[in-house]
Amino acid sequence: MSDVSQDTSRRRFLTTVTTGVGLAGVAAAAVPFVASMTPSARARAAGAPVEVDISKLEPGQMLTVEWRGRPVWIINRTSEMLENLKTLDEKLADPDSAEPQQPGYAQNEFRSIRPEVLVVVGICTHLGCAPTKKFELGTAGGMSEDWKGGFFCPCHGSMFDLAGRVYRNVPAPTNLVVPPHSYIDDNRVLVGVDPEGVV
Amino acid sequence: MARFMEWVDARFPATKVWKEHMAEYYAPKNFNFWYYFGVLSMVVLVIQIVTGIFLTMHYKPDAATAFASVEYIMRDVPWGWFIRYMHSTGASMFFVVVYLHMFRALLYGSYRTPRELVWLIGMVIFVALMAEAFMGYLLPWGNMSYWGAQVIISLFGAIPVVGEGLAEWIRGDFVVSDATLNRFFAFHVILLPLLLVLLVYLHIVALHKVGSNNPDGVEIKKHKDASGKPLDGIPFHPYYTVKDTFGVMVFLVIYFGIVFFVPEFGGWFLERDNFAPADILQTPPHIVPLWYFTPFYSILRAVTWEWLPGGAKVWGVMAMGASIVMLFLLPWLDRARVRSIRYRGWMYKTALAIFVVSFVVLGYLGTKSPADVDLALFANVYWAQVCMILYFLFFLLMPWYTSKDPTKPEPDRVTSK
Repeated sequence: MSDVSQDTSRRRFLTTVTTGVGLAGVAAAAVPFVASMTPSARARAAGAPVEVDISKLEPGQMLTVEWRGRPVWIINRTSEMLENLKTLDEKLADPDSAEPQQPGYAQNEFRSIRPEVLVVVGICTHLGCAPTKKFELGTAGGMSEDWKGGFFCPCHGSMFDLAGRVYRNVPAPTNLVVPPHSYIDDNRVLVGVDPEGVV
Repeated sequence: MARFMEWVDARFPATKVWKEHMAEYYAPKNFNFWYYFGVLSMVVLVIQIVTGIFLTMHYKPDAATAFASVEYIMRDVPWGWFIRYMHSTGASMFFVVVYLHMFRALLYGSYRTPRELVWLIGMVIFVALMAEAFMGYLLPWGNMSYWGAQVIISLFGAIPVVGEGLAEWIRGDFVVSDATLNRFFAFHVILLPLLLVLLVYLHIVALHKVGSNNPDGVEIKKHKDASGKPLDGIPFHPYYTVKDTFGVMVFLVIYFGIVFFVPEFGGWFLERDNFAPADILQTPPHIVPLWYFTPFYSILRAVTWEWLPGGAKVWGVMAMGASIVMLFLLPWLDRARVRSIRYRGWMYKTALAIFVVSFVVLGYLGTKSPADVDLALFANVYWAQVCMILYFLFFLLMPWYTSKDPTKPEPDRVTSK
């Protein structure tokens, strides 16, 4: 039989096809395993909206609630705080909130729906630490002379103002995230749901 | 006994393997102190696996009970504190011996032809070890565990387009949570230990194929006696098994000294912030990885130049990755005519000294706050930038300075000092 010439091209074809089918099988078998590592239905359900009563939140105070496992800050800013925000533009990396770190309805001067009430995710946009509040002006809170109040991330020194806007020349690349939120009535905020009529 | 071995050898190459890898495996006769750290890493691997098995008997990989179960091991399980401290001290000692083992390769050019694969497999072991340590560190579910994991997993989020989805996939949730803890446990106790054992096996197979390098960096196989044994080689067993046994004893004295007397090692082996349970709403005042990651962590933080395209964050992540990739490339960056530092010129010696200093300083700075001034003159972040540049120059300029280096002639045979 050894004198019979072998059809090597047919053999090569079969090897290639077998390998291809085998690899497709491996890829298909990997799908359930890879998918099993994505957030489960329970984790997704825990991302449900959170209702917050802000009637007792005095001007200058801050409230932290948990939404999707993240801290969300709700701050009732005083008119002085709002005035100070206007003086900071040149120190900020993105003063006009050009980066889409907020829903369209919060892309304004104060990054909020109501000027005084800021709703923002309290996670540093650098590496996910929790910045600490530094509301005192100047050096009182251990900040610099011209500090106008805001947040300081202790991990890597990022600074944010009271609209969650990031300062220049700090590790955090973008402003803090404003989550979707809306008002049920004067005193209740719903974190996680856009206002009606907004897409 | 002889008849029993005959019976076995007819079915399994037991005597053959013993001879090839121990009794008739010829290793250079001039091994010195630096050659202890290979066997010591294997000893630590065994310690970690054995203590790890016993810890899993009491540990609970569940966000609600993990922290308490570690405290339960520490207080209520008989000898639990001992096994846990052996494991936590073992983790740090693993990196001590592995870093010294790697430094040995830099001293004597052990990664040079034909030992590139020994080096590459070793580097994969190093990366697997870092993953193993990182995931293990989440398990006690202390506050530093939690936020350390949060920070490192966020690094993946810096990758354009797919980053956020990838980070979510790794965590199995929108933040580090019970799902993350559970899967890290699976990787830490099953996947990575299996991988490490397999890689160590491959590391040794590759090493025994090419034979060990030595402090003189000369090939002992060039000179063989009539029976084909290298003139400068001695059988691994009994010569080096005895030498290594002595080294292991000394190591164990130091290791158990730490386990018994200073298991936290002043916050370097077990961080103070990790004695508080994970708190999702409260970041520790400053997040520091354990000491063995701080040089790379420093590099991550040192890139603060916002003008870089895409922003500083993604470049910081890339710089950290590159700092490890550089090590992989060593066999092809080094162009010197000789292997060992004994015969290299002033250029490599200077470069290596600068590299070691910058690595240590990066490690120190990684434990400090970037804005503070802990060294001299200017803030830590600027020192980190200087050291990062020196770190990379060691590798990037290596093809140049190693080929220009005024080397001394290598001896023909190994020298004995």
